[in-house]
Amino acid sequence: MSDSPLPAAIYRTDRALRDGFWIRALLLTLALGFLLLFLFLPLIAVFVEAFAKGYGLFLESITEPDALSAVRLTLLVAAIAVPFNLVVGVAAAWAIAKFEFRGKSLLISFIDLPFSVSPVISGLVYVLLFGAQGFLGPWLKAHDIEIIFALPGLVLATIFVTFPFVARELIPHMQALGSSDEEAALTLGASPWRTFLTITLPNVKWSLFYGVLLCNARAMGEFGAVTVVSGRIRGLTTTMPLHVEILYNEYNSVAAFAVASLLAGLALVTLALKTYLEWHFADAISAKSRH
Amino acid sequence: MTRERIRRIIQAALIVGAFSICFGIVSGARAQGELLNVSYDPTRELYRAINTAFTAEWQNKTGQKLTIRQSHGGSGAQARTVIDGLNADVLTLALAGDIDAVAERSKKIPLDWQKRLPQNSSPYTSTIVFLTRKGNPKAVKDWGDLAKPGISVITPNPKTSGGARWNYLAAWAWAEKAYGKDEAKVREYIAAVLKNVPVLDTGARGSTTTFAQRGQGDVFLSWENEAFLVLQEFGADKFDIVVPSLSILAEPPVTIVDGNVDAKGTRAAAQAYLEFLYTPAAQAIIAKNFYRPRNTEAAAPEDLARFPKLELITIDTVFGGWTKAQKEHFADGGTFDQLYKPAR
Amino acid sequence: MAGPSISFTSRRGDCVAVTASSWRQPSILPGFGLSLAITISALSLIVLIPLAALFLKAASAGPADIWAIITSARTQAALRLSFGAALFSAILNAIFGLIIAWVLVRYRFPGRRLLDAAVDLPFALPTAVAGIALASIYAPNGWIGALLAPYNIKVAYTPLGVMVALVFIGLPFVVRTVQPVLEEADADIEEAAALLGASRLRTIFRVILPGIVPALLTGFVLAFARAVGEYGSVIFIAGNVPMFSEIAPLLIVIRLEQFDYAGASVVATIMLIVSFALILAINGIQSWSRGRLGHV
Repeated sequence: MSDSPLPAAIYRTDRALRDGFWIRALLLTLALGFLLLFLFLPLIAVFVEAFAKGYGLFLESITEPDALSAVRLTLLVAAIAVPFNLVVGVAAAWAIAKFEFRGKSLLISFIDLPFSVSPVISGLVYVLLFGAQGFLGPWLKAHDIEIIFALPGLVLATIFVTFPFVARELIPHMQALGSSDEEAALTLGASPWRTFLTITLPNVKWSLFYGVLLCNARAMGEFGAVTVVSGRIRGLTTTMPLHVEILYNEYNSVAAFAVASLLAGLALVTLALKTYLEWHFADAISAKSRH
Repeated sequence: MTRERIRRIIQAALIVGAFSICFGIVSGARAQGELLNVSYDPTRELYRAINTAFTAEWQNKTGQKLTIRQSHGGSGAQARTVIDGLNADVLTLALAGDIDAVAERSKKIPLDWQKRLPQNSSPYTSTIVFLTRKGNPKAVKDWGDLAKPGISVITPNPKTSGGARWNYLAAWAWAEKAYGKDEAKVREYIAAVLKNVPVLDTGARGSTTTFAQRGQGDVFLSWENEAFLVLQEFGADKFDIVVPSLSILAEPPVTIVDGNVDAKGTRAAAQAYLEFLYTPAAQAIIAKNFYRPRNTEAAAPEDLARFPKLELITIDTVFGGWTKAQKEHFADGGTFDQLYKPAR
Repeated sequence: MAGPSISFTSRRGDCVAVTASSWRQPSILPGFGLSLAITISALSLIVLIPLAALFLKAASAGPADIWAIITSARTQAALRLSFGAALFSAILNAIFGLIIAWVLVRYRFPGRRLLDAAVDLPFALPTAVAGIALASIYAPNGWIGALLAPYNIKVAYTPLGVMVALVFIGLPFVVRTVQPVLEEADADIEEAAALLGASRLRTIFRVILPGIVPALLTGFVLAFARAVGEYGSVIFIAGNVPMFSEIAPLLIVIRLEQFDYAGASVVATIMLIVSFALILAINGIQSWSRGRLGHV
């Protein structure tokens, strides 16, 4: 955009509009160097370490039963947490974007809160609530319900940390689109559900998908929150990130990085899908800002 | 995008969600043929071997296929998760103090648990030795050397790690002997050692990684079994084991968690599992994994030959038992809190 | 209907005063009650009630104990490190994020779109993976650590390592908030400034920068908020020495592991209050800049 032809190509003006060669070189080097140091090297390191002892050991590490059950558990947790946040995120976006009411900005802040709360705290609150020494502990024990150190605890902690993701993507987009389409459909006699399913959802489908994608990436990769509620029972309550930590602590660096490389692969797939969405459906996704 | 397709997507999502929740509930309720052994950090390899042997024997005897799940971490941290409700069938921790804490706070174990199995409920023992870089370049020979300026000492955090508490008490016992019970001198010595500690991990395993893999520190105060394991994992050409003049007899105890095994109906298997640890077969595995067996008859002589002979003091004679030691040294405001004031 | 960049121009969200009688404006759209009910009940069950339990637990310690925990040297050192390192890394990210956004928007070079996509990596890469990878690179025997070792610079297992991890996880925020604003920035104004004889530096500082300040600030606060609470990537590289390289979230975990629930809750509550203040600040910046400049 800034490269649009100048009305009068005065040398001085040109110089004031463009960065000189050395500035360009300097800024580009700085940017690339910074990204190399902080982004690309860690990513490369994961794969180098994973294959450090050859392909066979790598394959062995990721097909070992505990690793497989970690993969299964991770998928299961995400399969519960993500749909839950999808439904709640859509409901929250509908209420916030389509209506004006008092306390709205406070509600938005509360929805955003898990984003800035330390993941450790997200786990801690459930221990305080559901742990054997916690507020509801005795009651849960009396009814033989396991939450902490079992699947429900992992799911709750994951839902907590990924709570804002879908709503965050949808709210600005829905706000931007306004309500006139829905109003027209309703005036023409469409039922509320029909209006929602045929007008609203198709309008925001790509930002919805975008939000789900980010939500899923975080759900599968969450470490801090689940580490507090997991109890680290190998093969039972260890998700992939926890399994990575356990292996890492067993001097099993190759296996740790092998499982880590699966997660890094997941991250790359997420990025690829995300980038694809941005390139092809930029019009349908509102602001890129604020994840 | 048609309405049909969106509806299908939503339906699919709901079905997957509902299905996963059902599956979760089912898998949450644990099967009877399953034991959970909550243990401390360096026993990972030991119990992997023990579990294989025991499940085979158990299946021979009862026909039941048993799965034993393991959870490892700093001993204190592991005790905390059990207090918070982790459904352990058996506890195999680094020291009696941690199991005492579980007994006291969760009320799932009788307070006199340690009398239920032979030899203080400790089927194996270990001790604390030094691990140095190859050739011992800083010439660390005994506990006294740890306090010298310029020596970097690696040990885990006594607040969360059992091994670290043994380290601390061993150093204390040596100092009491060396300085003739002059408490001020002992404290000065301990403070000087702690000043040399650059990293305090929460568990023994974290410290081993810091020392062996990450190259931090000159000397690592380690479980004897962990030190041997490091030689095996990282190569005997990189590290030396240094045996100090005196060390402490570490008795890592085991117990069943009565409250949990009775609720789950796993008492018989859990009891058999712990008793198995005292059998000659298990004692041989124990020796093979660098723990000192109580019963040396079945152990391979070459495994036994690895254990150096040194003077071992016990916690009961020098410190008056765990309850007292815990209160004096590691509780909030204890000697560790008083003496641990890093310069930085 | 609405186009791609509507959110920069639309002010629908904050129009029209609410009528005095009702707490919500009338609308013909259905589903307000249902959607709000779902939102509020999920929010309460998942977030608010558990957080209330945290407050309750912290309060149960009693004022004297709370004060003792807050003023203990170790707590203060951990909080200082968490906030200090987060502040430094957010500043670093603001500077380099601005440069990266500038390079991505204004320059054309091969691999630009790939680079653009890669910026989001920290959002997608699990923190534990980032942690072990960074620790292995910056350890004294790692790729970069070995280069620095001869100069006696230690990164891993020092506060510097904490900062490296925090820079990693906060990297995308500034880039992603500044980038769209730079893209939307009106080239005409810049040209006008140039034609009127402003120098390049003057154009940058008087014309371009003021326009992106709100976005830069938002990105900065987001990066800071994320960094303050970060755990997974930091614990592998920090070394976790109390009073030296121990971050506040780790202190919470350690207090928990020592059966000290009240201590854990008090530290957590302090961090929680700060988090909430930061979120309010972000939303404040955004509504302020929307009112003033019509974007972000």
